[in-house]
Amino acid sequence: MKFGIVVFPGSNCEHDCYHVVKHVLRQDASFLWHKEKNLARSDCVILPGGFAHGDYLRCGAMAKFSPIMETVSRFAAEGGPVVGICNGFQILAEAGLLPGALIRNRTLHYLCQDVYLRTDSNASPFTRKIPHGKVLKMPIGHGEGCYYADAKTLSRLEVEGRIAFRYCDAKGNLDEESNPNGSLKSIAGVLNERGNVLGLMPHPDRCAEAILGNEDGRILFESVIGR
Amino acid sequence: MSTPLPQEPVVDLQLALSHGLTQEEFEKVRAILGRTPSFTELGIFSVMWSEHCSYKSSRIHLKRFPTTGAQVLQGPGENAGAIDIGGGLAAVFKMESHNHPSYVEPYQGAATGVGGILRDIFTMGARPIASMNSLRFGSPDHPRSKYLVGGVVAGIAGYGNCIGIPTVGGEVMFHPSYDGNILVNVMNLGIAHASRIFKGQARGPGNTVFYVGSRTGRDGIHGASLLASASFEADSESKRPTVQVGDPFAEKLLLEACLELMKTDYVIGIQDMGAAGLTSSSVEMAGRSGTGIDLDLDRVPVREEKMTPYEMMLSESQERMLVVVRRGTEEKVREIFRKWDLEGVAVGEVTSTGHLQVKFRGNRVADIPVKPIAEGAPILKRPMARPANAEGDARLDLARIKDVAHPAKALKGLLGSLNLCSREWIYRQYDHMVRSNTIVRPGSDAAVIRIKGSSHALALTTDCNSRYCYLDPRAGARIAVAEASRNLACSGAVAQALTDCLNFGNPERPEVMWQFSECVDGIAEACQSLEIPVISGNVSFYNETEGRGILPTPTIGMVGIIEDARSAMHSYFAREGDLIVLLGTLGEELGGSEYLSQVHNLEAGAVPHLDLAREEAVQYACIDAITEGLVASAHDCAEGGLAVALAECCFHPQGLLGAEVVLPAGKRLDALLFGESQSRILVSLQKASLPKLEKICQERDAPFSVLGTVGGNRLKISVGQDAEINATVAELRKPWSEALPTWMV
Repeated sequence: MKFGIVVFPGSNCEHDCYHVVKHVLRQDASFLWHKEKNLARSDCVILPGGFAHGDYLRCGAMAKFSPIMETVSRFAAEGGPVVGICNGFQILAEAGLLPGALIRNRTLHYLCQDVYLRTDSNASPFTRKIPHGKVLKMPIGHGEGCYYADAKTLSRLEVEGRIAFRYCDAKGNLDEESNPNGSLKSIAGVLNERGNVLGLMPHPDRCAEAILGNEDGRILFESVIGR
Repeated sequence: MSTPLPQEPVVDLQLALSHGLTQEEFEKVRAILGRTPSFTELGIFSVMWSEHCSYKSSRIHLKRFPTTGAQVLQGPGENAGAIDIGGGLAAVFKMESHNHPSYVEPYQGAATGVGGILRDIFTMGARPIASMNSLRFGSPDHPRSKYLVGGVVAGIAGYGNCIGIPTVGGEVMFHPSYDGNILVNVMNLGIAHASRIFKGQARGPGNTVFYVGSRTGRDGIHGASLLASASFEADSESKRPTVQVGDPFAEKLLLEACLELMKTDYVIGIQDMGAAGLTSSSVEMAGRSGTGIDLDLDRVPVREEKMTPYEMMLSESQERMLVVVRRGTEEKVREIFRKWDLEGVAVGEVTSTGHLQVKFRGNRVADIPVKPIAEGAPILKRPMARPANAEGDARLDLARIKDVAHPAKALKGLLGSLNLCSREWIYRQYDHMVRSNTIVRPGSDAAVIRIKGSSHALALTTDCNSRYCYLDPRAGARIAVAEASRNLACSGAVAQALTDCLNFGNPERPEVMWQFSECVDGIAEACQSLEIPVISGNVSFYNETEGRGILPTPTIGMVGIIEDARSAMHSYFAREGDLIVLLGTLGEELGGSEYLSQVHNLEAGAVPHLDLAREEAVQYACIDAITEGLVASAHDCAEGGLAVALAECCFHPQGLLGAEVVLPAGKRLDALLFGESQSRILVSLQKASLPKLEKICQERDAPFSVLGTVGGNRLKISVGQDAEINATVAELRKPWSEALPTWMV
């Protein structure tokens, strides 16, 4: 399986994603420069974390205009699996590939810490191997990760089972204390209508190896491999 | 050239003095040139000979540092030092201060401090992989302190997070001596191929000098000479325009472009335009290579109109590099920069003249022989005198101080103090995990970073107890080195080399120079004994406002190697039923302690005794035990003494664990619990492993004693039959975890 990892100027987790798919999971992987227009025959596209174009404007607002995004949109429309992690999620939301927006954390501070996530949908290529309701531990690292959408969109997401992950406590309970950034409905990750595009703020790429003390993120990559 | 350009002032002694040069230095400039300098030349000399760039007060002292060792690939003198870490790789690291700018404008001052140290690292061809910092703020009651803490932390976070280099740890101390002079010391560590280390050289006449990165503006002019090389007065706010503004995104592009360029064979030499910008980079590169450089300022990309040559040569605009490339490769070089949307412009040429010649609109505005300006900076042997108060402060009559009556209350007070409480509020704002290498996260004695593609890991730490350095600069500096090394040992790492950031007051005061010289000797002694060379560093003088200097603060940044990354150790008790063992001896030294300062408002006494042979024995016993997989935690006993160290061991982020400890009765309870005797490490291990630990300790000649057991939800410390401290871990953790966020609100 071949992963294409999009590199925007200012991306900074592209190497982390590359390392996981290439060296930990032994898959084929290549970097896709944002000025390119083809995906080098990738079977799955990853939009990694970082600060694309410095994020001096709204996060992801510039990146959506990069030439490669047109191709990524087409790939997604054809059902190709696309995952945006952290800044990648922000870019997907700005590009309209996912609903909602990511706004500043409730505390107004950047937060780098472990969180717990409850898996609320396994109807996607990235979550299909995760038992429904399973709690995963994953690090976050963001200043603008508070998920926001209007009430109609939120209820649609819920009804259609498109909320992939929610912030929770270690036992899977939802409460405000476990919601690090103030996301509505504790949303940490959402899917598009078809289920092939996932955006999430936490970093599965930072917890996919025993040496890092946490392998919970690995299952997202394993889910998409060998579908 | 003697005719000034329009609107330029006439150069005379008065103007030279206002540039920070002395009369003697001005005469020397005239002697070198054989004439009066032009305005641009005066600017160039004033920054090159500033304290910040020339190290004129410190240079004769710094020679006493040991700087060699089999592992050293690059010692002091380049943009950063480098050591061999095996597998064909090098660790490149350095620490630098950005104190005055951070006081004047905390966010940008701290941010550009990070930006500057990163450039020093990737200039060497290394990819930066981890940052650390060492911060000093004034009294918590000082009205400016919260603003400064908030701004500095946000600035470090803003820059480091955006560029994607993890900030993995550091240290913070609050003390009134920093009220008007905070310290922001930032360290970075990078990884390079040992055979591909780049230097700041301008070899080969005819080769092309490239300017890369952000455009040149008027920001930061005289940052090095006026801001960094003079004491503060009450009007420090007015110096805000001398602080630069950081652009981490521009630096990220510069970083990637430079590393891509360095994979080619086009590069002869490269240097960051940091302090004194275009001036210092061109002069230093030519100086190291015995060449000259011709610069054409009309080609320098500028972001403001009507910039004068003087301004362009002195600008400290951030995110710029000077690169010398082989003649004929210019177009390929430009192509790489274009890919990253960066301006790469040929602004000059390496020459054999030995002169820095600067052209602007057809005029030659500077023509300076490189060697005298690069190497001929004045070397001062400033007068030194032991401060009058030194003896008084060293006296401490314990008989007049009441022993602690409520040890549990005292412990909670210490844990909830800003100097000892949890730093989570700070490091949570730093992305400490990006690059997915962080094995031991902030909070333990040292941070540990794995190296992808290798079985090794690197441990790093920053350390300095400034109070000790005030009471006894030589002993304090020795302890700073020993403790940094001990922090690394607690993670299982063998210390390899150090970088330093020597922060002091006004060197024109003999007392300050004495403190400086004593600290240099202390560092040198410990380095020699522990076999840890100094490979890079920075001196920051003039940390003084209205005649009030800071505590001497020789910050040590140290890097060590863990052979097997999987054995990297943290400092938290991890298993119910484990034995708690103290490597080292109990000790009862209260002098210079955090306890005396906080509880009795006393900064006095002899600093703890340090026996470097004992220190080495304890550290190696700890490293051996970790390497053999015997222990589940290791933690240095530092500020706050044994009781605070025990409490910290109980605060495992994944779940609190209590402990029960019995100590033999001593002379004084406060000294036993809170004294800061050196060379002590607390480890925890299974009972069955104890004989193996005993054997290691015998072989290493390290004393040890079993203090108690891990378990339950309380920390109980008894002395003889009496339970002196008996509290739940949760109630001890509460003040510790809440102090900083509560104070910041």
